[in-house]
Amino acid sequence: MKILVPVKRVIDYNVKVRVKSDGSGVDLANVKMSMNPFDEISVEQAIRLKEAGIATEVVVVSVGEKKAQEILRTALAMGADRAILVEADTGDDIEPLTVAKILAKVVADEAPELVIAGKQAIDNDMNATGQMLAALLGWGQATFASQVDVADGKASVTREVDGGLQTVSVKLPAVITTDLRLNEPRYASLPNIMKAKKKPLEEKTAADYGVDLSPRLKVLATEEPAGRAAGIVVGSVDELMGKLKEQGLV
Amino acid sequence: MAVLLLAEMAGGALALDATAKAVTAAAKLGDVTALVCGPKSAAEIAATIEGVSKVLVCEDAAVAHGLAENVTRLILDQAQGFTHIVAPAGNSGRNILPRVAALLDAMVMTDVTEVIAPDTFKRPIYAGNAIQTVQSLDPVKVLSIRTTGFDAAGTGAAAPVETVALSAVSDLSAHVEDKVVSSDRPELTSAKVVVSGGRGIGSEENFALVSSLADKLGAAVGASRAAVDSGFASNDLQVGQTGKVVAPDLYIAVGISGAIQHLAGMKDSKVIVAINKDVDAPIFQVADYGLVADLFDAVPALTEAV
Ligand SMILES: Cc1cc2nc3c(=O)[nH]c(=O)nc-3n(C[C@H](O)[C@H](O)[C@H](O)COP(=O)(O)OP(=O)(O)OC[C@H]3O[C@@H](n4cnc5c(N)ncnc54)[C@H](O)[C@@H]3O)c2cc1C
Ligand SMILES: Nc1ncnc2c1ncn2[C@@H]1O[C@H](COP(=O)(O)O)[C@@H](O)[C@H]1O
Repeated sequence: MKILVPVKRVIDYNVKVRVKSDGSGVDLANVKMSMNPFDEISVEQAIRLKEAGIATEVVVVSVGEKKAQEILRTALAMGADRAILVEADTGDDIEPLTVAKILAKVVADEAPELVIAGKQAIDNDMNATGQMLAALLGWGQATFASQVDVADGKASVTREVDGGLQTVSVKLPAVITTDLRLNEPRYASLPNIMKAKKKPLEEKTAADYGVDLSPRLKVLATEEPAGRAAGIVVGSVDELMGKLKEQGLV
Repeated sequence: MAVLLLAEMAGGALALDATAKAVTAAAKLGDVTALVCGPKSAAEIAATIEGVSKVLVCEDAAVAHGLAENVTRLILDQAQGFTHIVAPAGNSGRNILPRVAALLDAMVMTDVTEVIAPDTFKRPIYAGNAIQTVQSLDPVKVLSIRTTGFDAAGTGAAAPVETVALSAVSDLSAHVEDKVVSSDRPELTSAKVVVSGGRGIGSEENFALVSSLADKLGAAVGASRAAVDSGFASNDLQVGQTGKVVAPDLYIAVGISGAIQHLAGMKDSKVIVAINKDVDAPIFQVADYGLVADLFDAVPALTEAV
């Protein structure tokens, strides 16, 4: 079984994001970029399925600027077998619908039995691409996975839902999206980083797939959120209670 | 303008607060028809929400557990004539709406916090560190509503309820079981007061400190990701960028450092209290009242004082 894992290059989760003063977007110049944390979890899950003898090949794919090669190499160093870069450099974030359309074409070429995507990219916070891909392919979906068991042409997936957990059984091929509790991704070791340099990385462009990149959402403005007024430090529990009582909160 | 609003369900019953808040947002867009996947009794409650002009109810077992493939089919069955398809931005809406949007060849807008015009919305990006205003160029707008941005619509209306059928049942996925964490406490996203615990709590047993304070205050319990990952609290209690978003009148953060991912889920609370022994913890930058103290002294004392 082949597994396809879409990975996105995003601002590192530790970076404090700043909105550009002219409101044209956020400042991405010279900030640390990394693989979307949920995608590390997806890569880890795919590798574990391979180590368990369930998957035979793990292919990672990223849509975006050429620099996305960096995170593909990271995924290869973690243990993925092969990478595909679909260059789509519009200077803007590529919308999930567009990414899903490109991924659907990659799926048509690669014929994986499972796609494991992240639940959410931490830059646009959309939480949409996996579901959209499943729709376009006419496949079943199991989102926000905290446990995945694959057997007999099905995946049994425990999902993190609002009230707790839900288990669904989804027929393969299917799209799964990963949540935080699924696993703890491994670090790539130095020898594996060296080895990854020799693994195949195929370069394509969005034009190869004939997908139109024009956005459906026109960004009219990007602003800083409203700030909070400075608070005070209280000296004791009694003082805290006094303040809360004053405001009728307790 | 006409809005098809997917009502929020919880354990087979209508989640009234989330649905009523989404109705407030949807009513700014046009005439609201609510779609209930569940029993008639839930539909009858949805029919009382002011601003809902009609309720469609589907009692088919195939949609009872919110399976995305079937609920998407049902929405598309009914979508004719609607300019907007809307749901509250809970995990159910997040699961279903992008699937609906893709089949309509539309780009979904998730976690909308403000309606500017019927085609223009605000939504947070980068864990709420930036707010984007986007205009949708799609003929049908598909969006999920972050309910903390809207007051709940009142009840007292009596909209007509109509039963609808699912045109085809998909066998792509099947429901196996729900493991619902039941509690007598208020629901996290609609509670007036929330007490959240973080890694500083130290253990699952110690988490009782947080629950006791919450119970004294009639509050809901929340947690940071670290507290959930460490097994102190269940996953449905995680507050933050990738968990639940809350905006209660009072949010008390105990032993939580205040990482941006956590702040994303609570910084719109009216009053924030932080109890942390590290004076430099970033949580103090958003706190209205900061108490620099060992939580093992401060929390029992506070519980006692309430
Ligand atoms: C992709 C991604 C998504 C994430 N999503 C979320 C999310 O949705 N929600 C979320 O919360 N986090 C999220 N995180 C994690 C986030 O980055 C932080 O790691 C997490 O919020 C830290 O939790 P914490 O504050 O409980 O733990 P820590 O940062 O370890 O802080 C513990 C605090 O407790 C204090 N403390 C310790 N002992 C005591 C004591 N005895 N008395 C008083 N204070 C004490 C310490 O001073 C410290 O400030 C996400 C991270 C990633 C990468
Ligand atoms: N440009 C991209 N290239 C590859 N995968 C992507 C891209 N954008 C989104 N994804 C995948 O879709 C998931 C959800 O992203 P989003 O829908 O943007 O929140 C990510 O975790 C990735 O797995």
